[in-house]
Amino acid sequence: MPRVLLLIFMLLGVAGTALAQTSAAPTDDAGQTTMASPDGEGRPSESVAPGVSKEEALRTSLAKFKSRDFDVKAEAIETIARSGHERGEALLQALLDRELLHDLAGDRIVLGEQADGGWALRDPISEEDVGRAEARAARPVIINNRLRQQIRDLKSVTALANPNPLNRREAARRLVGNTDPVVLDALRARQAEEANPLVKGVIDTALNIAVLRDPASHLNERLNAIDAVAGSLEPAVRNVLRDRLAQSDAAAERNAAERALSKIDQRTERYETADTLFFGLSLGSVLLLAAIGLAITFGVMGVINMAHGELIMLGAYTTFVVQQIFPDGHEWSLLVALPAAFLVSALVGIVIERGVIRFLYGRPLETLLATFGVSLILQQAVRVIFSPLNRSVVTPEWMSGALEINPIFSLTYNRLYIIVFALIVFFALQLVLKKTRLGLQVRAVSQNRGTARAMGIRSERVNALTFGLGSGIAGIAGVALAQLTNVGPNLGQAYIIDSFMVVVFGGVGNLWGTLTAAFSLGIANKIIEPMAGAVLAKIMVLVFIILFIQRKPRGLFPQRGRAAEE
Amino acid sequence: MRHSDLTTALTDRTAKTFLGILFGAVLIVALLNLLVPAESGLHVSSYTVSLLGKYLCYALLALALDLVWGYCGILSLGHGAFFALGGYAMGMYLMRQIGDRGVYGHPTLPDFMVFLNWEELPWYWHGFDSFGFAMIMVALVPGVLAFVFGWLAFRSRVTGVYLSIITQALTYALMLAFFRNELGFGGNNGLTDFKDILGFSLREDSTRVALLIASAVALGGAFVLSRWITGTRLGRTVMAVRDAESRARFLGYRTEHYKLWIFTLSAVLAGIAGALYVPQVGIINPGEFSPLNSIELVVWVAVGGRATLYGAVIGAILVNYGKTVFTGVMPEAWLFALGGLFVAVTVFLPQGLVGLAQSLLKPKRQPDATDKEADHEPA
Repeated sequence: MPRVLLLIFMLLGVAGTALAQTSAAPTDDAGQTTMASPDGEGRPSESVAPGVSKEEALRTSLAKFKSRDFDVKAEAIETIARSGHERGEALLQALLDRELLHDLAGDRIVLGEQADGGWALRDPISEEDVGRAEARAARPVIINNRLRQQIRDLKSVTALANPNPLNRREAARRLVGNTDPVVLDALRARQAEEANPLVKGVIDTALNIAVLRDPASHLNERLNAIDAVAGSLEPAVRNVLRDRLAQSDAAAERNAAERALSKIDQRTERYETADTLFFGLSLGSVLLLAAIGLAITFGVMGVINMAHGELIMLGAYTTFVVQQIFPDGHEWSLLVALPAAFLVSALVGIVIERGVIRFLYGRPLETLLATFGVSLILQQAVRVIFSPLNRSVVTPEWMSGALEINPIFSLTYNRLYIIVFALIVFFALQLVLKKTRLGLQVRAVSQNRGTARAMGIRSERVNALTFGLGSGIAGIAGVALAQLTNVGPNLGQAYIIDSFMVVVFGGVGNLWGTLTAAFSLGIANKIIEPMAGAVLAKIMVLVFIILFIQRKPRGLFPQRGRAAEE
Repeated sequence: MRHSDLTTALTDRTAKTFLGILFGAVLIVALLNLLVPAESGLHVSSYTVSLLGKYLCYALLALALDLVWGYCGILSLGHGAFFALGGYAMGMYLMRQIGDRGVYGHPTLPDFMVFLNWEELPWYWHGFDSFGFAMIMVALVPGVLAFVFGWLAFRSRVTGVYLSIITQALTYALMLAFFRNELGFGGNNGLTDFKDILGFSLREDSTRVALLIASAVALGGAFVLSRWITGTRLGRTVMAVRDAESRARFLGYRTEHYKLWIFTLSAVLAGIAGALYVPQVGIINPGEFSPLNSIELVVWVAVGGRATLYGAVIGAILVNYGKTVFTGVMPEAWLFALGGLFVAVTVFLPQGLVGLAQSLLKPKRQPDATDKEADHEPA
């Protein structure tokens, strides 16, 4: 077990970072808005001028868009970007979105949106309504790919001055590989001021690539640049090194490029392994969540509950219903959904136990059939109540997005949270079983019902509560799964076989076995997937388990002692 | 109930009644369909003929399951897989019979292969233009799969619920595999658009009636065969394995051999049922592998009553008739009814309808005898 514990601590560490990142997210948004402000630091100083003349300069530049010459337009874009006017950013975006129009009747440049078969026109600077034009009387300003790229670069250059380091890094990354002298000047200017080492690293990479791309650069300069970029995972670095390897006349440079490339390849491979591992862990935690309730009802109580998948489905639908009740509360409604789903599924579970299963103890195959019937009824009930179509559950803001470690390796938040959540549920359950009175009674009844009853344990009540506990955990799993997949009547069926496989593979009655089985099956699946495709990977894993059970019919960690005999 | 040779299996009262009702009903339906004019109120439509044929195939499948579940205590949740494999073998023959009458008119390749730009027939499709070869495959493919699977499972003493779940995983894995286009069995559309069998058009009433009669003969034959087997020494050992496997093993019987034998036989019967089913419904697709189908089959047997053979047949026909009626009148209610059936049968009718009828007809037994019976109840 120490190895497992180590793994978990590592994961908790990662989770901590993830939480820290999300708390930075609001500032991120604030950063976006300040981006357009004229007072952003690091802006070229020549553009500082009184407001009125700034607006006039902007109008003069806009007028150039009437021209059909792309060079003239390029010049206009340049001056607008440097004008420092607060509308500059928005106007360039409008140009990209084809919302900047040449109004032929008034011979002016305006903003416009399509409306009633014509155009609704607005002034480009004040944004006031300036009437409308027929469809043919105005046309969007045409730009080509070169101009589009130019606008994007300029936007990135502006963003280099963003107060939020994450945005600055993002902007610098977009400029990596760019050799436009204007861009390079901006990068150099930023490099001198930049205090954040991560952002500075990206800027250095961008400038080093520029050195390598510059035919006039000196050999020593290039060698230094190659050394500096070796190991960087930016795709542009790899491209430029390949080019140098093919084109350079100097053997020293070719060697350096080759060394740097192999270093990059090694790192890439390492991170790809990490990526696979992460996806495997996240799939494993989904499996763990789905199977852990079953590990209680099947593993501890010995009841085959084929309706387990439907209890997960009920949890997912509870999430949906809670979101319908609180339409504005997407950010926090999960906190309501979790206990609600636990209660709904636990109650349904207790009803199933009291109504059906208790008549069938000691007859496992009959239990299997009866609970299968229950699962059909639950599925159909959901179809009748909620329609057979899938329902979508809104993912809260704090669960979307990704924690980017480097250009080829990023951890998506929803998967990170699922991993953490699965582990929390697992350990909470362990605590309940090991430390509470109910847990003690559950274990006593599962080991020897007769003796437990003789000691005064009301085994009937314990059975119902245990089944309720396992079912409630299935409901909680449903809340988590609703964030990853569609919520539909067939949600449960997709997980039931997998869950049984996990429990059986891990060894019935052993929660640690379930944990190990879930993660190893998840990782195995993700390792095979790129080689064989998703469906084949699943089939191979299934066949592997079938063969494995043949070898070790009682799973990875079989129960020993008296309980195993039954 | 001793009937250790084939003649007694054919001539005892139960067998006579069963075969009499089966062939009587089929004959009446056949005559009413072929001889009575369509305007007459007594005419039986060819839809009904095919429907009845379908029920008989299901009944044969249920019989096959009863053989392993009722008599050997192996609850297979993957018997639909053997049924579907038999069906695919027949479907491949029927596909090859289409010849150049397909939409694309290719002389050898079935439509879906032309659609996928395949150049030639995959090796495993060769030979299926011959009816005899296809019929051998109908029995061989499910039989070999069951043999290999059973050999692995029984040898390592996988029993009870574990076995049930891995059989379910087996059919699930096959379903996923058959959904893939690359496998060469038509992907999720499966095999369809069949034209004729042995030169007879599948649209003809006479062909449909012939298929119905063939299904009845197969069912009757399987019934007699199973009754005979369960009466032999081998059959009685199989039942001993069901009731107390460890005890039978300690007495010196190689229990895994008996289980393997009966499991393989049952798979072959299921394959034959599938092969008869496909020409009557006109399509076979990977949906037949779905675990739900296999488990629905279990409820047919449970409703009828296990370890009687005719109980399984009655259950299959009743439940499927109920399904036809329900899905026609109120489709939403069918799954409720089916689910309720699962619960009701297991909780209230552990011996099925046959058991209910027996307990109503027979005088009450002594209490100690009932206890003994309960001990030996198949799990």
